[in-house]
Amino acid sequence: MAIEVRLPTVLRAAASGQANVSVEGETIGEILKALADQYPGLGSQVISPDGSLHRFVNVYLNDDDVRYLDKLETKVIEGDVVSILPAVAGGSL
Amino acid sequence: MLTISQIYLDEMIAHAIREYPFEACGLISGEKDLVKGFYKTRNDAASARIYTVNPLDHLRADRDAEAKGLSIIGVMHSHTHSEAYPSATDVTQAPDPGWHYILVSLKHKDPVLRSFTIVEGNIVEESVVRLNC
Repeated sequence: MAIEVRLPTVLRAAASGQANVSVEGETIGEILKALADQYPGLGSQVISPDGSLHRFVNVYLNDDDVRYLDKLETKVIEGDVVSILPAVAGGSL
Repeated sequence: MLTISQIYLDEMIAHAIREYPFEACGLISGEKDLVKGFYKTRNDAASARIYTVNPLDHLRADRDAEAKGLSIIGVMHSHTHSEAYPSATDVTQAPDPGWHYILVSLKHKDPVLRSFTIVEGNIVEESVVRLNC
């Protein structure tokens, strides 16, 4: 099942400049794995070496942050849209 | 160079003051160096020393900007007790080399607002051109 994945500007260079890509998968984890296989430069920016979601990105299934769903095990269905955005943080420390 | 309406600058300073003693944060939309929107976002860290833009606020801002044919082009946050200059944390966590990083300092009697680019760890201050509209 092909799912649309929306990429932030900072990751588009690693996906041939595309803002939206279509990848196959039944779960968020499978989709991100397929994304990394298709665009190797994206993999390390989205998935940590331990296999978890990288802390510098947020991944959404439609309107929900997948960290508050089943994380990488979150299931997707036809018509879902996955969005990736950079985590934005900082401070005076 | 960042070109921005005085209205948005006023909103940023008001947001910083309203959120005090916590750091305030928000996102700007626009095209390249021209700001066309400002989104106040929640600071999930609820801290006087760090900020984390609420992820759902970010998603909503991103979608709204895209619906208007714009992009998120930067982030604003406040420093409550230090200068309007990126900290080491700001530099290491800067999410996008193409973004503008606006700092509002409440350290002094009058708020100070400055804008920077952060590319591969290098901080460069940019001029802020204020539009009276």
